[in-house]
Amino acid sequence: MTSFLRKRIISSAIPLVFVVLGVFCLARLTGSPVDLYLPLSATPQQRAEFSAAHGFDDSIPVQLWDYLTNAARLDFGTSLRTGESAGSMVLKAFPVTLQLAGMTMLLAILGALLVGSLAAYRPNSLIDRIAGLLSMTAASIPDFWFAIVGVLVFGVGLDWLPTSGTLGGPEIWVLPIATLLIRPFGVLVQVVRGSMVGALSAPYVKVARSKGADPKRVVFGHALRNSITPVLTVAGDLTVGLVNGAVVVETIFGWPGIGKLMIDSILQRDFAVLQAAVLLTAVTIFALNILVDVCHALIDPRVRQAVPA
Amino acid sequence: MKSSTLPTPAGTGGPALEVEGLCVDLRTPSGTVRAVNGVGFQVRKGRTLALLGESGCGKSMTALSIAGLLDPTAEVTGGSVKVSGTDVLRLGQAGRRKLAGPVLSIVFQDALTALNPVQPVGRQLAEPFRIHRGMSRRDAREKAVELMTRVGIPEPRLRARAYPHQFSGGMRQRLLIAMAVALDPDVLIADEPTTALDVTVQAQIMRLLRDLQTERDMALVLITHDLAVVAQRADDVAVMYAGNVVETGPVAEVFSRPRHPYTRGLLDSVPEHAVRGRPLPAVPGSPPELSAVPSGCVFQARCPLAQERCAQERPRPMSVGASRSAACHFSEELDRV
Repeated sequence: MTSFLRKRIISSAIPLVFVVLGVFCLARLTGSPVDLYLPLSATPQQRAEFSAAHGFDDSIPVQLWDYLTNAARLDFGTSLRTGESAGSMVLKAFPVTLQLAGMTMLLAILGALLVGSLAAYRPNSLIDRIAGLLSMTAASIPDFWFAIVGVLVFGVGLDWLPTSGTLGGPEIWVLPIATLLIRPFGVLVQVVRGSMVGALSAPYVKVARSKGADPKRVVFGHALRNSITPVLTVAGDLTVGLVNGAVVVETIFGWPGIGKLMIDSILQRDFAVLQAAVLLTAVTIFALNILVDVCHALIDPRVRQAVPA
Repeated sequence: MKSSTLPTPAGTGGPALEVEGLCVDLRTPSGTVRAVNGVGFQVRKGRTLALLGESGCGKSMTALSIAGLLDPTAEVTGGSVKVSGTDVLRLGQAGRRKLAGPVLSIVFQDALTALNPVQPVGRQLAEPFRIHRGMSRRDAREKAVELMTRVGIPEPRLRARAYPHQFSGGMRQRLLIAMAVALDPDVLIADEPTTALDVTVQAQIMRLLRDLQTERDMALVLITHDLAVVAQRADDVAVMYAGNVVETGPVAEVFSRPRHPYTRGLLDSVPEHAVRGRPLPAVPGSPPELSAVPSGCVFQARCPLAQERCAQERPRPMSVGASRSAACHFSEELDRV
């Protein structure tokens, strides 16, 4: 298992380098921060001083080298906006998003396993059809639309839930999580149903029934573990997609997470913060992928064996 | 113990398995078709009945309906299946589960997909003991190791922790057989148990089945399309064609003097009877689609003896000698030819 992990980490590190390079270059395409931070009346002298102070007068390769060497020491520079260290700003925002995404995926996976298994146990039954319709709808609703309508109906119209912000009791979680949840839940129900139908019609399920196993034992003892592999893969992909969703949700609901931080730093050409935020997100996604692979290996002995020691 | 609810105590001579008029309907996208039509046969303890027929003739469907393992798209619509005297078709799901293992058991053909790929084989072999005898994990595991020893798995204690993909095809089939005989069933159904194996391994598996059958006095239903296996291993044979049993009887008699033209066609197509330089003899044509089975005799389209009567009237199985029957209007004539 340790060699499996080591290999997996090394093969993830290479794309990570490309992500870092890409973000560095793309950020600089948005224009010079000097124009944004200094008044129009600023003299060329003042402009040159500002550039020099933040290193924008160096050539791009030199800036990149500085960025990389500093990043290697975990120094990601300071924010142009606040003067705070970019690293600490990102680390402050990250747990907010992590909580939101973690809670969302947990609910989505558990809910999908329940609904998907019920639908799969009797294909084409009423439950199956209702689950199919609901999950298809859920998977197709755009998150920004759902969020805005949710605010309009439950926040403004019925006044049951806060329209935005993070102050208050558990009710503040409802709309953001519902918005993030709806698509992964819809997709996962379909995946669970599909792989469960496959597992339940597999010969080993017939054999289990021929040994006198009751439906509970058949589903949870035999089919579930066999059907969970594709669910995990898709859940991993969807979690990555939640980063996108987090940008939308955090912007609409005013949550101080990493999504909002990224949008703000793009709009304000706060390169250091943007780079740090993207880097941390990328590292998280790679870690997530490794986690999914480890789970696969734990679940399926054939995957474990396929990795040469 | 297990026969306390059953009227026929073991060994008193009543058939262990008695199938009568079994009908199975299959729902397909183009309508309901009858896959098994009035199948009947009997097997006594210690005896072997071969269910012989080509692919799609309904022999596996017959086996699955006896075991209560049909897919939801198939449904038993008539007949009775008495296992040690109990009509299992009248039992509920829970009642059938009680019999599945201790009374009636089944061995499937493809041992790779028939074993759960993510469970150690020891645990799968222990499952019958856990379900029916309520044994502890440890006791059941001991039983599993014993079983593995019995069916000839080397280093059973070590191998009990291995997964199905770490075994060869023959070893997997041994495991599957071990699992099926775990609770000493009265009736064992083996659905083409050697199809996926090479010839030398086939012989070993058939020998293992025979030994276990003798040792445990089981009634064995051997489902196969292999005439040689039937000749070597079975006491009786039931020949199936398009969902019907067309001929039954002791193997030696049926094979030496077939009383149904289909049986005869099958026997004639064995390559031993071939003449060098001539095409191999075969039954001309192919079986009817299940959705278009003719109203008269099911075999009429391919039968060399077919006459007008065969198109109008379906022949019923008739006695053609001691414990033999054939479903043909002209079985007498066939005997004289």
